[in-house]
Amino acid sequence: MRTPRLFALAAAGVLAGGALAACSDDSGDEAAAGGPITVNATDSLCEVATTDVAAGTVTFKVTNKGVKVTEFYVYAAGDRVMGEVENIAPGLSRELHVELPAGTYETACKPGMIGKGIRGPLKVSGSAAPLTDNAALAAATESYQRYVKSQTGALLEKTQEFVTAVKAGDVAKAKELFPIARTYWERIEPVAEIFGDLDPKIDGREEVIEEGMEFTGFHRIEKDLWVTGDISKSGPMADKLMADVNEIVAKANAEKLSPLQLANGAKELLDEVATGKITGEEDRYSHTDLWDFNANVEGSKAAIAALRPVLEERAPDLVKTLDTEFANVDTTLAKHRAGDGWKLHNQLTQAELKELSDAINALAEPISKVAAVVAK
Amino acid sequence: MNRRKAIALSGAGVVGVAGGALVARNAFDSPASAASDAVPFYGANQAGIVTPAQDRLHFVAFDVVTKSRDRLVEMLREWTEAAARMTAGRDAGLIGAVAGIPEAPPDDTGEAIGLPASGLTLTIGFGPSLFRNADGVDRFGLAARRPDALADLPKFPGDALEAEISGGDLCVQACANDPQVAVHAVRNLARIGFGVVSVRWSQLGFGRTSSTSRDQATPRNLFGFKDGTANLKAEEEALLREWLWARSGDGPSWMDGGSYAVTRKIRMLVETWDRTSLMEQEAIVGRSKGSGAPLGKKDEFDEPDFAVKGADGELVVGEVAHVRLAHPDQNAGARLLRRGYNFVDGSDGLGRLNAGLFFIAYQRNPHKQFVPVQLALARNDVMNEYIRHVSSALWACPGGVAEKGDFWGRALFA
Repeated sequence: MRTPRLFALAAAGVLAGGALAACSDDSGDEAAAGGPITVNATDSLCEVATTDVAAGTVTFKVTNKGVKVTEFYVYAAGDRVMGEVENIAPGLSRELHVELPAGTYETACKPGMIGKGIRGPLKVSGSAAPLTDNAALAAATESYQRYVKSQTGALLEKTQEFVTAVKAGDVAKAKELFPIARTYWERIEPVAEIFGDLDPKIDGREEVIEEGMEFTGFHRIEKDLWVTGDISKSGPMADKLMADVNEIVAKANAEKLSPLQLANGAKELLDEVATGKITGEEDRYSHTDLWDFNANVEGSKAAIAALRPVLEERAPDLVKTLDTEFANVDTTLAKHRAGDGWKLHNQLTQAELKELSDAINALAEPISKVAAVVAK
Repeated sequence: MNRRKAIALSGAGVVGVAGGALVARNAFDSPASAASDAVPFYGANQAGIVTPAQDRLHFVAFDVVTKSRDRLVEMLREWTEAAARMTAGRDAGLIGAVAGIPEAPPDDTGEAIGLPASGLTLTIGFGPSLFRNADGVDRFGLAARRPDALADLPKFPGDALEAEISGGDLCVQACANDPQVAVHAVRNLARIGFGVVSVRWSQLGFGRTSSTSRDQATPRNLFGFKDGTANLKAEEEALLREWLWARSGDGPSWMDGGSYAVTRKIRMLVETWDRTSLMEQEAIVGRSKGSGAPLGKKDEFDEPDFAVKGADGELVVGEVAHVRLAHPDQNAGARLLRRGYNFVDGSDGLGRLNAGLFFIAYQRNPHKQFVPVQLALARNDVMNEYIRHVSSALWACPGGVAEKGDFWGRALFA
């Protein structure tokens, strides 16, 4: 019999350096430190068991007792997403682990996964030692933040060039600049995704736009450029893209990242490749997915590079594996170079796409182990 | 290491869990009834061959994508450990689906939590391309160890094989009484194998279409006929020695105690079959649809009489009836151990069921057993009008994993 082992980690203890050493294997104790905070979500209520928690990693156990699929969010001031669980089907429970420093926050359930959600206050007090108290991890986040800054600088510049070309009605130039501007975006995408509603405005694909929302951003202009070739009315859309990119860059540069965000970000970038770029669904009009693919891999590599000193100390074998697999992805992708850029997605055979997919999976699996090493 | 011990250790940070605290929220279930339906993993032969056929199948073929022999061997070790755990009803990894730290993905995917072992067997096979690939390259220094019996199958008349669902370097046959358990096993092996192997194709099956034990009733295929009446059975030890297990002297010694598997995906055109008269269906098969008895006989297990003629002067079991063409008497006594499964992969866009038989046959030498039988069938069988062979593969399934520490392919890579 597979034993149902419903263990919850005293995650706060782990993140604070693992001082708690209790391992109780037979007697359950729900009230133990770090036990999850239960959240009862219905279609009209969002009951959070406590609104006053200790700083550190906080675990919420969200149970959907409504009939609509729901989501649960923790927001900091300005609706900055600290953590979220999506797609909680009726009757199901999902857990959210989120590292929260002292401060005031809001929780939200979103029955039907739309709107501002049912909000409630959350107060976090005390001072759990953040991961960045570790000097090597602090250095890692600082290093990665410098990288983010360098990319956001180029993102502003290249997006401006792209926007200028669109507004000037220069279709050829705009098409040429489209994948270049996106490169800087795709390198730091997990950072951008922290700012909930800005990401879909800039990078949302047509099918994610729900009623009442406008289809804006890169992919809207991509469609104008490649499908109709008529950008005579795209000027306002280009201005809006520039405004949204300006806003997200300001936020990204001010954001203090946690080392776990680096680790998970490195994995998420590869997941982006595996789900969106391999299939060609991201840049479905221009087929410039391989540009994004390469940028995602570079961004992932940058996050791992920042963590490298920590990883080398704690998991040298993992570093070796990551080096090998990053090199393999680079070699495989390099077969599809075209001039300064890349072949179009629809120029690759199914076998070539499978080879790329295999290379990404071979890298993503070990990268998924980085978070555990960082949290150690 | 038993599961309880693994957790105690992981709590102390020994087996790779971050040095944190584990807080139990639920007591363990009593392990008293643990894995009463587990099939032993270790033994002289691999489980999943003569094991009484379970009800469900998830069969998967892999391509080896690494160039490193060491990495391949290391993966086979990891696979074997995971297979031993999963067939015993345990998690794929030492930490398990829910006992690790929340920030990291678990080392078991979790969909089998709470499910029993469900008779899970995992059987590995090596394809001809592992020894020398399509370009003739000996990638892992194994070419000299390829058994003659693993020579590629010939092209059979009428084959409509699709390359992308045929062949492969490695296969794993997962059989269980619960499809979720079989899928869980394949999913975890595929995950462990990322970077070393890549899934080439896979097939789900249900409703075993043969019996491998006398205790089992003969099941029916999607044509509605009993299938595998004359199959080799686990109890027929002398026949198994003669027709199933490779032995010393047959070929390279790493195959001693092993067996060769032929897998064929056979699409059945069930809609046209269903508007064929009962008389014609029975004539094509050579057996009665209700009882499964050979035409002219009463009971399922009665021996067919291939000489007897009816009042009209025609043979009762026709010249090209399936049962005659496939019968050992017509094929130098050749016997096969079949453990095929029905499949329905949804429908095909033309409103037809995409359905048929995933045929699996184990034998001592496919070139003396499967090949002549299939040649006879492919040339003459009227049933061919209602079926298409769309996938084909051949596998060398080595002898069993002797004990903990031994692993799949150890003798091959030694």
